[in-house]
Amino acid sequence: MNTQSNTGEPVEAQKVPPAVMSATRPFYWSLRRELWENRFVYFGPLAVAAVFLFGFLISIPHLPGKLRALGTLNPMQQHDAITSPYDFAEGLLMVTGMFVGAFYCLDALYGERRDRSILFWKSLPISDTTAVLAKACIPLVILPPLLVVISFVLQLLMLLASSAVLAASGLSASAPWAQAPPIQNALLLLYHLVTVHALMHAPFYAWLLLVSAWSRRMPLLWAALPPLAIVGLERHAFHTMHFVKMIGNQLSGSGLEAITAPDTLPTNPMTHLTPGTLLGSPDPWIGLAVTAVFLFGAIQLRRYRGPF
Amino acid sequence: MPCIEARGLRKTFGTTIALDGINLRVEEGRIVGLIGPNGAGKTTALNAILGLTSYQGELRVLGRDPWKEREHLMRDVCFIADVAVLPRWMRVSQALDYVAGVHPRFDRARAEGFLAKTTIARNRKIRELSKGMVTQLHLALVMAIDAKLLVLDEPTLGLDILFRKQFYDSLLTDYYDRKRTILLTTHQVEEVEHVLTDLVFLDRGRIVLECSMEEVESRYVEVMVRPEQMAAARSLGPMHERQSLGRGVFLFDRVERQRLSDLGDVRTPNIADLFVALVEASQVSSQARGAAR
Repeated sequence: MNTQSNTGEPVEAQKVPPAVMSATRPFYWSLRRELWENRFVYFGPLAVAAVFLFGFLISIPHLPGKLRALGTLNPMQQHDAITSPYDFAEGLLMVTGMFVGAFYCLDALYGERRDRSILFWKSLPISDTTAVLAKACIPLVILPPLLVVISFVLQLLMLLASSAVLAASGLSASAPWAQAPPIQNALLLLYHLVTVHALMHAPFYAWLLLVSAWSRRMPLLWAALPPLAIVGLERHAFHTMHFVKMIGNQLSGSGLEAITAPDTLPTNPMTHLTPGTLLGSPDPWIGLAVTAVFLFGAIQLRRYRGPF
Repeated sequence: MPCIEARGLRKTFGTTIALDGINLRVEEGRIVGLIGPNGAGKTTALNAILGLTSYQGELRVLGRDPWKEREHLMRDVCFIADVAVLPRWMRVSQALDYVAGVHPRFDRARAEGFLAKTTIARNRKIRELSKGMVTQLHLALVMAIDAKLLVLDEPTLGLDILFRKQFYDSLLTDYYDRKRTILLTTHQVEEVEHVLTDLVFLDRGRIVLECSMEEVESRYVEVMVRPEQMAAARSLGPMHERQSLGRGVFLFDRVERQRLSDLGDVRTPNIADLFVALVEASQVSSQARGAAR
């Protein structure tokens, strides 16, 4: 082809010197864009916390009566009675976090192909590795501290409301503050979320991302079918349930001794954290290896599969 | 170094041949129209050039292998695949923030400048914009990136004529600077005719024509032949013949204009007519080849 032009006099476009970019910048913006798109990641837990707080505030007029009745119970029962709403709040947020993480992962690589926006993301100099790892960070890195902060604020509001109600009926508010210390609770929750919900659940989230990158439709079905098939096959062929047990252990984090729970009072659970035992056992490492394999698969699929 | 160089580029989907070993060379600073009917292999060719699909044969884009070095390539290559690909949940301001965040060659002030000429509000979501506005936004983003190659696949599909005209005007006056290369596909051939410097006709996975617009003007002549001259015209070996308004319209390749002007009114064919003639000729010859086997 020759080099003349038939296009008249074009305006000389100004040249921009390429901005200096640190290696983490594409990653940072990939994370931000995930949070822009998936606002349910923070609105979901916030909404659950708000509903729970509302329920707690409705029941709070009964609190002084409840505290007065505690005198008849032993210290362990007293402890449980006071802390149960706080434990329940944490449990609720954990379950919410698992649902949010699972649904997020299932749609993260499927949705962008469904609405074809993947062609926009792929028109920019963001590697598939960066894109997939940023998505994996939402449930594994972003969600745990987010849940801790929400839980901390929620428990603080519960304690403040309790204090106000107790003070109005002439009672001391020291019991709830002593039994459900918010900072310690937050730290314990963080430890639990990092060890169980991030470390032990990582292979599940990675599996969902892999299915999300692979399936052409109904990713939820494809995510559930292979494990169910394995369970069915194992039961049929060997009459055993090892796979179910393995998944259950991984999900619950039990048998891991991440926390040796105390049965009697007085106790300080902070002294019972045993990260050494956890990291010394092979389970989390096998889980991480499986996670790496699944994530690698998801990256390869996003990279080398056709646009849709 | 040519901007794009393909040798024996081939891609099959099962038994369907999308690209049948094409050779293509696009020099820097050209505006190339890749033109062909549906299923000709245009999008497959673009996808190969953009590293979105694997292929057989040799392909270099800006000196790189697009399949293996895609991430590097995307710093110097921009593309608009289709009007619908901007994420619908995104706000206009977020799109600006994001591209500014991830693209080292994005000039935000320039993009804001383009947007200032439109009625697109920064706080609107893309799903709330009209189709024309989405295209304007995408173009504003892409034109603010100092890329070496811009690839546009049916960029004006579904837009009204006013937007289409603005689109190409903007592309020529605000973006094209003779150093950048633009590769585009479109069905609306007549609208890009004045924009292109080069033409590539693709039909059923093969290149039917690859030449510059000057070459088209010097090579091809269309003659409105007077009825009494029909036999004389046919004897000169026209590549295509059709009837229009009671006169024979003959298309000649590399026949002296002087000799043709004796037969009737002479003019340069428009791209659409040339395309039809070349595709029909190639189909006839491939059928003949098929029959000979």
